[in-house]
Amino acid sequence: MSSDINAGTKSDGRLPLTGVRVVDMTVVWSGTFATMLLADLGAEVIRVESTQFAPYGTRGVVVRPSPALLQTRGLMTTGYPDRQAGERPWNRIALFNVHARNKLSMTVGYMQPKGLDLVKRLVAKSDMFIENNAFGTVERLGLGYEDLKKVKSDIIMVSMPGFGSSGPYRDRVALGRHLECTAGHTLLRGYRDADPTWTTEVYHCDASAGATAAFAALVALHYRNRTGKGQFIDVAQVETIIPQLGEFIMDYTMNGRVQQTLGNRHTTAAPCGVYPCRGEDRWVAVTVFTDEEWQGMCRAMGNPSWTAAERFSSCSGRWDNQDEIDVLIAEWTKEREDFDVMRLLQAEGVVAGPVMDERDCYGDPHLQEREFFEQVNHAECGTHLYPGMSWKLSGTPCHIRKPPCRLGEDNEYVYKSVLGVSDQEYAELEKEGHIGMDYDPSITVYGRAKASPGTTHEPIQNGG
Amino acid sequence: MNQQALSDVKVLDLTWYIAGPYCTKLLADYGADVIKIERPGLGDPCRRMGPFPQDQPDREKSGLFLHLNTNKRGITLNLKRETGKAIFMRLLQDVDIVVESFSPRVMHSVGLDFPALHAANEKLVMLRISNFGQNGPYRDRKLSELVLSAMGTSMKTCGQPDREPLKLAGNLLQYQAGLVTAIAGMAALVCCRATGVGQQVDVSLMETCLGSIDRRAPSLLGHQYTGDISTRIGSGRGGTMAGCPEGVYPCQDGYFDVVGGAAWWPRNFAMLGSPAKLSDPGYGTMEGQMDPRRQEDILTALYTWAMAHTKQQVWEASGRARAAAAPLYSIEEVVSDPHFKERGTFVEIDHAEAGLLRYPGASFRPTETPWRVNRPAPLLGEHNQEVYGKLGYTEEDLAGLSKADVI
Repeated sequence: MSSDINAGTKSDGRLPLTGVRVVDMTVVWSGTFATMLLADLGAEVIRVESTQFAPYGTRGVVVRPSPALLQTRGLMTTGYPDRQAGERPWNRIALFNVHARNKLSMTVGYMQPKGLDLVKRLVAKSDMFIENNAFGTVERLGLGYEDLKKVKSDIIMVSMPGFGSSGPYRDRVALGRHLECTAGHTLLRGYRDADPTWTTEVYHCDASAGATAAFAALVALHYRNRTGKGQFIDVAQVETIIPQLGEFIMDYTMNGRVQQTLGNRHTTAAPCGVYPCRGEDRWVAVTVFTDEEWQGMCRAMGNPSWTAAERFSSCSGRWDNQDEIDVLIAEWTKEREDFDVMRLLQAEGVVAGPVMDERDCYGDPHLQEREFFEQVNHAECGTHLYPGMSWKLSGTPCHIRKPPCRLGEDNEYVYKSVLGVSDQEYAELEKEGHIGMDYDPSITVYGRAKASPGTTHEPIQNGG
Repeated sequence: MNQQALSDVKVLDLTWYIAGPYCTKLLADYGADVIKIERPGLGDPCRRMGPFPQDQPDREKSGLFLHLNTNKRGITLNLKRETGKAIFMRLLQDVDIVVESFSPRVMHSVGLDFPALHAANEKLVMLRISNFGQNGPYRDRKLSELVLSAMGTSMKTCGQPDREPLKLAGNLLQYQAGLVTAIAGMAALVCCRATGVGQQVDVSLMETCLGSIDRRAPSLLGHQYTGDISTRIGSGRGGTMAGCPEGVYPCQDGYFDVVGGAAWWPRNFAMLGSPAKLSDPGYGTMEGQMDPRRQEDILTALYTWAMAHTKQQVWEASGRARAAAAPLYSIEEVVSDPHFKERGTFVEIDHAEAGLLRYPGASFRPTETPWRVNRPAPLLGEHNQEVYGKLGYTEEDLAGLSKADVI
């Protein structure tokens, strides 16, 4: 494992995006993932938050969970350290803290004219502005591209509404799930023998949209560094998953074929499935692409007599008889541990791996040798291992160099050092409620404080 | 015509299959000059992967290959031959980025690892995509999309509690790994242009999954915080938005998905036509939506309403009510949808062998520096003459190199 990041020796050098400042008004997961990736690469990402408004599903499914909710066992809904909400639950929830490392948090009442002006002052000193609210939200606040350009002519603005900034569905409300539905993905996954009402939710579109927005921001940054020109980038979250379904689309446009779900199976490889192993809810995944691999699998299983059948000797024969073959393989796997099956099969050159749960990942020798998990000490959560970087850069190694940002944690730095606010002005802003580390007591679930002045704000934002 | 954002960026692309080619496609689609290097005679194995027109395999007509390789030029080169290596080193001179996705031993074994390339071009960014990364006990293991799902994602939460865990459709994880690599590549390039220093980027497919916001990374941290292990809870009981209605329901001609919970109730209620039977505020609370009797009332109203509506009508009603509900589209419906038509989400591309076909288009739209199709995917070795000609090779030289299995 890597050493405690708070020892602070890792980030001494320059990082790839050192010197790039990002104004971050993202919510939930897709936008927050985009800014996480940029922060991981060294950008100074400043989350612009408000003590008077808690965005839906961002710093917790609810910002002040009730004891009853804490009784439920969802890792997403109640993933608090030791299931204790603590004094400031919004600083302790895993679904926020997982992406908030390396970011800064400031609070400002951006729904009031004074707060809006402060946000614009920050934009004037920044390189990028990224947001994933419902279409039109930031424009209504006075933070549209036209507004931002006036204070920073070469600003790069990335907006990522679910369906984009144009077209008939522009104003549709959508969570990531609905983008998967309308991109065709939901119908393409699921059990082959069950109807779609058995489908469980997945969140791939949050990942594709977040990563696409980060890539888009860097493409625009490269162009700006070269030409001095900023620009607006429209990321329709739904359009980020469509290219990732390319083969299905090409089959339709080439052959008019509308593919159905294959479950865990493959268009040509067989067998290809997830088989039960010894223990509770233990499984191993196996894919056999070639005859050589199949022979390897037979050897690993001890060449049982059934494998000699003529119909299993060719790839197409195995593909045609998968139902039968799957039952026979399961007979062999269910007597064994999942990791043992993986070792036996990999030793014979067969692609196999266990279905790994969280504990398996933290205990995995490969991930340990790669130092994937990084230890972080968070002031309100204690010390834990966090999932680390998605890349290893030889010249400018990236790590978790700052624990997940607590609400308003970096106010002093942002106001005084970035915006140049005087001590006296800072005290005033604190008195006026711009600066703080607590959500207004009237906010229990999410949304606006009861007494908060200002413009109307979309109560439910695009998720993603 | 506007210039493209990456029109000053040169890329040598040694990748094959899906993740690497998707990474370089993203660079090429936004203007980079990407030269795809394939093995003489064989090419990228992706050329042998379907779909094919009329299901007839043809190395110039793989739908997957055509999609993943737009805007690239293509040459053949055998890196196992000394002459091939020498030519590669000449091509490397004015290149910004090299991308490879071989198994980790390969580049070293042919003498083209990062130290060798960096010595020839110190401003080089080398992107290396592999199954499990460039070191560690799993380094040399093979991988499939299914096994990647098992080891890298929250597969255990997907599917029904009494059945096997399920993967996502197709090859989404490999595409996503290519996208994540492109981000690191752009950051390293920005850094290199500022400092003049190149570097190597090691991307493991498994780690791009583990670090992903698609629920894997949140559940990994959730486990650290609580000690809990996530598992399958089945349909209709959403992990994050629990309530009623929740999940996928049938309607007249298909299915739609709706998110429940107290927050969405006023909108879901309006979408269902504000049925009098559900006007009691008790239906709108989280507690109410967890009460089996109230659930039955809600679902009765929902099924009655849904069976009187088509998918399209559900979609319109959800739009009017601003509810979080959407139809489950088939790929056919996606391709013909008016929203995607108006936005130009799909584009027509003409290819010398495969002809005129509709492809997925831009994944994001920079207003000043547009996504564009400048050329279709290359034929195997299509740009040999153009690229090697620039290095001074004559047609005669190329014929000789071809005979010697170098190109």
